[in-house]
Amino acid sequence: MSEIIDTDIAIIGGGPAGLAAALNASKRGARVAIIERDFELGGILQQCIHNGFGLTYFKEELTGPEYAQRFMDLLKETNVQIFLDSMVIDLSADKIITAMNPERGILKIHAKAVILAMGCRERTRGAINVPGMRPAGIYTAGTAQRLINMEGYMPGKRVVILGSGDIGLIMARRLVLEGAKVLVVAEVLPYCSGLVRNFVQCLQDYDIPLYLSHTITDIKGKERVKSVIISKVDENWMPIKGTEKVYECDTVLFSVGLIPENEISLKAGIKLDITNGPTVNEYLETTVPGIFACGNVLQVHDLVDWVTLEAERAGENAYAYSTNTSRGGKLLEPILTVPGENVGYIVPQRIDYLQDSKIVQFSFRPKSPDKNCIIEFVSNEKVFDKRKAKHIIPSEMLIYKIKLNPEEIGEKITINIKKNLKKSKEEA
Amino acid sequence: MMKPYDIAIIGGGVIGCSIARWVSKYRLKTILIEKHADVATETTKGNSAIIHAGYASSEGSLQSEMNVKGNPMFDQLQKEINFDFKRVGSFVVAFNDEDMKDLQKEQNQADKRNIPSEIITDIKRIKIMEPNIADNVKAVLYAPSAGIIWPFGLTIGLAENAYDNGVDLLFSSPVTEIQQKSNGFIIQAGQKQLNAKVIINAAGVYADEIARMVGADNFTITPRKGEYILMDRNAIPVNHILFPIPTPVSKGILVCPTIEGHTFIGPNSNAQNDKEDVSTTSAGLNEIIRGGRKLLPSIPLRKAIANFAGLRAVSDRDGDFIIEASEVENFINVAGICSPGLSSCLAIADLVTDIVKNHTTLSFGEKDSWNPIRFPQQRLKDMNEDTLAQAIKNRPEWGRVICRCETVTEAEIIDAIHRPIGATTLDMIKVRLRPRMGRCNGGFCTPKLLKILSRELDKLVTEIPKNDEGSEMVTDRTKFIENKPWKGETP
Repeated sequence: MSEIIDTDIAIIGGGPAGLAAALNASKRGARVAIIERDFELGGILQQCIHNGFGLTYFKEELTGPEYAQRFMDLLKETNVQIFLDSMVIDLSADKIITAMNPERGILKIHAKAVILAMGCRERTRGAINVPGMRPAGIYTAGTAQRLINMEGYMPGKRVVILGSGDIGLIMARRLVLEGAKVLVVAEVLPYCSGLVRNFVQCLQDYDIPLYLSHTITDIKGKERVKSVIISKVDENWMPIKGTEKVYECDTVLFSVGLIPENEISLKAGIKLDITNGPTVNEYLETTVPGIFACGNVLQVHDLVDWVTLEAERAGENAYAYSTNTSRGGKLLEPILTVPGENVGYIVPQRIDYLQDSKIVQFSFRPKSPDKNCIIEFVSNEKVFDKRKAKHIIPSEMLIYKIKLNPEEIGEKITINIKKNLKKSKEEA
Repeated sequence: MMKPYDIAIIGGGVIGCSIARWVSKYRLKTILIEKHADVATETTKGNSAIIHAGYASSEGSLQSEMNVKGNPMFDQLQKEINFDFKRVGSFVVAFNDEDMKDLQKEQNQADKRNIPSEIITDIKRIKIMEPNIADNVKAVLYAPSAGIIWPFGLTIGLAENAYDNGVDLLFSSPVTEIQQKSNGFIIQAGQKQLNAKVIINAAGVYADEIARMVGADNFTITPRKGEYILMDRNAIPVNHILFPIPTPVSKGILVCPTIEGHTFIGPNSNAQNDKEDVSTTSAGLNEIIRGGRKLLPSIPLRKAIANFAGLRAVSDRDGDFIIEASEVENFINVAGICSPGLSSCLAIADLVTDIVKNHTTLSFGEKDSWNPIRFPQQRLKDMNEDTLAQAIKNRPEWGRVICRCETVTEAEIIDAIHRPIGATTLDMIKVRLRPRMGRCNGGFCTPKLLKILSRELDKLVTEIPKNDEGSEMVTDRTKFIENKPWKGETP
């Protein structure tokens, strides 16, 4: 009863990652299919109507829809097959995708290689266990963004925002521009977790207070939110008694992080990392051969430009896989990358091929902010490469291309972010 | 004046709906009156969703009698009205010699009540049955007849079947006044005034207040709050209902699978005066986390989906059920239905039917046309690929997934809106089909659900509530956009 579709490369998700991967693979001559659950391509970019996109990739400042449109226009010139309004309900390790859509029913897409580009979802109030009542008026920041920018509805009039992630900051400004009152943004961390430019342009410019080391400790209201209580927290994020402040409001937005959305990946038996994304090798290939991952489904990025660049690599690698291009001899045991001092995670999680010297791109995030740092790449207890970083902050991903020489590399590669003591002393 | 009702049931929880379905067998004109927009919105909504084996309640209590009688009744009812229910079995977990004495006591009680049970001391076997249980487990009391249930499916099924068999349902109508007349009662319910010969008071935590309206309040109800944390599907596999050794006031903080494959921890147990306050607290959540970890040390808190609380309706008669014809003629109290109320609901409906038979002058002629069967709406999760492909061909909305976390299609949502107790709110859709109940907390599907409800009900999106009046989800349109019902095809 199902329709069978044969393709070289099937891409799950038509957001920025899926678009860039599709274009790159198609350019090389692959037959490509994109499966997108929404009614249009572009993903979350379509609801990001603010500017600030494309500074790295296009060297100009675009809005989200403009950024997406550039790729969608290029896609029109290709013969990439696009399935809109189509939900992937299964993915098997032998790279058969089961999807459904209203027009064509059930589709079985047989691919030589698959690229996961499903993006992420927002962490919710439930996931961080904020207590209180459960009335109407509690939204994640991205849902509020969709309601306002895509649907044209206001989630509320007096708003408190928990979390200083970028979407929360952007939404604070957006709500003000639409006539709502944003009372406060509370952040449990002792520093702003969004980009500095967003803090300046979205909060400071609109006189919206940011309370660091604060969290919501109660939400009141039976039918609709009536008020929230915000408390200061200690270094273990535990609320400090006596610091409670009451804010009368009708809406609470949560902007408390993003989680790569890998339920489909799990169906294919793909292993996930602490990133909540698949563990991948230097080709962005998951633990299932021929299934690749890129964009926010792999690791949450702060700039879409990095998503595009990562997705282009995935498109290229998937194309090479689909044409049986040799990568050289595979290592008997992979070289594992290990997050060391002040490193939260590393992508890739393993190196599978290292016959000759080669350049590998590492992306990772610091656990806490610091300045005047040295980033060490260590193997066999020796620092084989190091880089300087003036300012590091968890909200900004670090990306380095590092040359790996098989003679220097042992079973593991550890990355440490260390204080540059000499430099700090000089400054002091 | 309208012909008076023979029976008015106040309260659309699982108790009121069970009674409604039971009395629908007879040629009686019956109405079920519910304060909220839907059934199962208070105590039925916030509990552990367990059908207890029945050994735990104290000997000689009405609770014990109802639970023992009620537990086996679910298999037949499941065949008739179709709801999710599975006898997964329960463990009471002992860690030391003191606990062992309690296990033995519980088992003696089970034996006395003819409830199958077994004390398992073979740690290897326990670990095979429940791989993630705490390593310091010494023994468990295994009761295979305990089960887990979807309380919304049960209650909605009962209400729909009652409706199919002629029971009137009145929603969003709080009872504010009851006058006793020589031939029955006049009930003020929301905007409506109704006459009824017999009242069955199944008003949960408000049963004492309803009883007070006619002076039948020889009891009080104290809400006892229980808090819960729900974990994502596959966050951690739990096969059985895991109880600690019970305390004098409750069965303790448990770890339990849900019928939909999630895991929850909770509840704690704290008495309060407020009948509306279902807020969770930091202290409470920490308490249940500590409690849950005793049974299952590796609970992955980062996989939490939601925390919530429910109120148990606890009577001042040793906490036991009050199921009796009150001192006021034709006014029957079904009050203080705390745990094991869900397990007992069918036995309670049976008992209440007998009480009405014996204590009122209503004549209980059986309907010729009574139909015990209720068909639930068709669900994607029950379809194989071929049926689904055919369904999409006939109706394209079957091919559009609206809720990605729980995989729910537009066709299912439209059907839920147009069923007998049709969904008019987000919560009504949630408890029927599960959108907004999954890991994204409704982040992705909420805008779509609002539009579908707007289209199907011909209402403004700004008029669509989460549950009751005043809980509308969006307050206004953005600048310069006209407010009218959404009429699109692609939500």
